Amino acid sequence: MEVTVTINGDSHSHDVEPRTLLVHYIRDVVGLTGTNIGCDTSSCGACTIHVNGESVKSCTMLAAQADGQDLLTIEGLADGDVLHPMQESFRQCHALQCGYCTPGMVMAAVSLLDENPSPTEREVRIGLEGNLCRCTGYHNIVKAVLHCAEAQS
Amino acid sequence: MIPAAFDYVRAGSAEEALAALAEHGDEAKLLAGGHSLLPLMKLRLATPAVLVDIGRLSDLSYINDAGDHLAIGALTRHRDVETSELVRSQAGLLAEATSHVGDPQVRHRGTIGGSVAHGDPASDLPSVLLAMRATLVVQGPGGQREIAVDDFFTGFLETALGDDELLTEIRVPKMPDATWGFQKFNRRAQDWAIVGVSAVVGHASAGVGLVNMDSIPVRATGVEAALAGGASAADAAAAAAEGTNPPSDLNAGPEYREHLARVLTRRALEAAGR
Repeated sequence: MEVTVTINGDSHSHDVEPRTLLVHYIRDVVGLTGTNIGCDTSSCGACTIHVNGESVKSCTMLAAQADGQDLLTIEGLADGDVLHPMQESFRQCHALQCGYCTPGMVMAAVSLLDENPSPTEREVRIGLEGNLCRCTGYHNIVKAVLHCAEAQS
Repeated sequence: MIPAAFDYVRAGSAEEALAALAEHGDEAKLLAGGHSLLPLMKLRLATPAVLVDIGRLSDLSYINDAGDHLAIGALTRHRDVETSELVRSQAGLLAEATSHVGDPQVRHRGTIGGSVAHGDPASDLPSVLLAMRATLVVQGPGGQREIAVDDFFTGFLETALGDDELLTEIRVPKMPDATWGFQKFNRRAQDWAIVGVSAVVGHASAGVGLVNMDSIPVRATGVEAALAGGASAADAAAAAAEGTNPPSDLNAGPEYREHLARVLTRRALEAAGR
């Protein structure tokens, strides 16, 4: 079936099998490999992207469901060489260790602040419950999100 | 993990969805947000030959004040339920429990109707609908019918929905003055409840629904009867596991679940001010 999506502002159109998962479409068909696959069971959040401005786990959505929708992946977050404030906060707060969860963590965090621009530390921890960091580096991730919220206020 | 191959049909209206169901019968499954069905399909525990995508039927996404109840469209996303002022003020238990479904990403896609129609005894929302005595509105080839939530769950992942029927609306009685408590016990963030309890206490009656205490979502009838007889929270909660048949899995055996049901019911009732 024909699927047309906008990813990071660019239109993409491909013929795919109906069972193609969105994350496989993004990585294998379009070639944007910044979105990672961790657990593949909608638990870990490594594959988090934005669909129409909201965080979604792209391993639990069909490419067919995304037809006609506006997607944002980690590659589309920065403005050229200028990092998005959340990426900059992750860098400054050293909010990553191995980095595998980072793209999904950043995309979830951006969506979190879109919905709640000044969260408490507890709200950040609960708001990121859909993202796992197997390095258990949560402390600095939470710091980075709070830092970003403060920088943007 | 990749689902088995299927044909994909995108319904442009409820009528189109019903026509597709009529054509494909039990070969077809409805796809709403997909956050219950797609994980099962990826594990190949579900292998529908035809997937009828109803995710774009935006006219089934609404929360309306319908007099004595809230009318919630089956395709209303969890995110929209949990943030609705109307739900918060008229059915606080539903808003609170919905905020515990999955995680934010799941709630951006998952729908109340999809969750309920999935009929999973480990889901949070059926316990709320049982406690609040909701009614489910279903459309089929013969027209519309209403199903009381007590008659809706018929077996493990099975409901009273026919193969040719579509859940369209959930009617939740407005209970602005009721007090309530929601308890969900799990070991890790975002896990399914090992046991959960929804309790709502109105001036005339109380309702208590249980999560993961049987092969279907069940009501704690012993607790409700004790409360009607004037029992305290602690005394009523002692009956929480009566008549249930809790499952055994790697998280807990039946005895531990029965213990959790009693403790969580007491906490839920105390939160509701009993």
